[in-house]
Amino acid sequence: MFLKAALWVACLAPALWLTHGALTDGLGANPIEKITLVTGKAALTILIVTLAVTPIRRVSGWNRIIQLRRPLGLFAFFYVVLHLLTYVTLDLYFDFAAVGEDILKRPYITVGFAAFLLLVPLAITSTKGWIRRLGKRWQALHSLVYVASVLAIIHFLWKTKADFREVGVYASVLGVLLLSRVPGWYTRRRMRALRPNAQRVQT
Amino acid sequence: MLIRRGSEIPSSEITPESVYLDRRKFMGAAAAGAATALIPGSLAACEADAAQAAQEELTPYEDVTQYNNFYEFGVDKEDPARNAKNFRTRPWSVAVEGHVAKPATYDLEDFLRPHKLEDRVYRLRCVEGWSMVIPWRGFPLRDLINRVQPTSNAKYVEFVTLHDPRQMPGQRAGILAWPYNEGLRLDEAMHPLTLLVTGLYGRDLPNQNGAPLRLVVPWKYGFKSIKSIVKIRFVEQQPKTSWMKAAPDEYGFYANVNPNVDHPRWSQKKERRIGEFRRRDTLMFNGYTEVASLYSGMDLRRYF
Repeated sequence: MFLKAALWVACLAPALWLTHGALTDGLGANPIEKITLVTGKAALTILIVTLAVTPIRRVSGWNRIIQLRRPLGLFAFFYVVLHLLTYVTLDLYFDFAAVGEDILKRPYITVGFAAFLLLVPLAITSTKGWIRRLGKRWQALHSLVYVASVLAIIHFLWKTKADFREVGVYASVLGVLLLSRVPGWYTRRRMRALRPNAQRVQT
Repeated sequence: MLIRRGSEIPSSEITPESVYLDRRKFMGAAAAGAATALIPGSLAACEADAAQAAQEELTPYEDVTQYNNFYEFGVDKEDPARNAKNFRTRPWSVAVEGHVAKPATYDLEDFLRPHKLEDRVYRLRCVEGWSMVIPWRGFPLRDLINRVQPTSNAKYVEFVTLHDPRQMPGQRAGILAWPYNEGLRLDEAMHPLTLLVTGLYGRDLPNQNGAPLRLVVPWKYGFKSIKSIVKIRFVEQQPKTSWMKAAPDEYGFYANVNPNVDHPRWSQKKERRIGEFRRRDTLMFNGYTEVASLYSGMDLRRYF
């Protein structure tokens, strides 16, 4: 319970900070740019933290941490939606022709939008009902989060003009988290190869 | 707030000093009146008075001095105001080098002494898609050029920013090729709109805005307007600038404001004027169409 409360506080902090700033004229000379940046970084940060849950559990044996994974993932999606809405409403003011042109012509927006699209089904199927209904396929579907996180990093990288240190930090952390999963994937593949019949029975 | 269509805006907005000073007096009076509710109306009246010269509302001093791109002091917009606080701008020397009759290194006061400073309101359009309207104080670069007498070999003018990693934390990281440099073709440098600037809003330049001496070329993207200049070099070959080295397909030597030529990664058709909500159309040459003759016959898509 305490864990979840702490998570809510931490994850709502950027949104509350932005709201406070917006109400007190505290977002600087270019508030729309500020909101875009803060929501984007919050989304990517929380997404990466979500991907850290499973490795942390495996390394530490602290099983309770797994209860944080779904709310973290949903908070990441919450900021992705805010980020996209900021761009479409505040920044481009519902100029959908411009949005379309950006998605088609600007690679960093193309990949960012693709990351958003990949996350939509994951957010929808995050409920207990969907987990039950999808069974084994749920796991496969939710491995799309790896693709989405890589696309999000590319989105950040291609947006960067100079000074690649910050995006480098995000990319390195994500890289470590993804690499930490490779041995597990490899082992599971080997196991499946060794037990072809068991696999067939299961599916 | 006045939002005008491109065609209604006169190509140049050089504000006569008298009008500008009157306007400042007026704004000062309005501010002294301290009734905040009054200010929008007062500004509008003020705009009408100065209609002939500067139709567009000035970007507030606070925004001009708190929202800066000056990577020597950090890459976030708020970094320069924070990190340039203790930047030492005296003593300061400026070297004039290369193909000139009188190469010399001047103490800043000697460098400035012969020139009469004037106030001019210019639009500033950043390559990132935002813009401001800023009352600069400075003198035409051409006055300096006439003073130092370039020889016939001088085809370009190159400018170099101070290199001092102890004072400029950004220079301790490999963000760009330091020291920052920029350049103009000699005829661009001689254009009467091109300014060497020492102040804004009637005061000395704040450190984060490029103190003590910077360039302002209002029809080009902001990164051409190099800050904290220590070297002015007259050269025969087109200089390769820091941004050209960083991304040659994105930042060209000319960097004229041009809504028809997109940055490879984003559109340049519109811009957000700081303080406004909706984006406005970006104007060819940032509205300073009198410079068009400098580029007649040039393919501006190729020479971006």
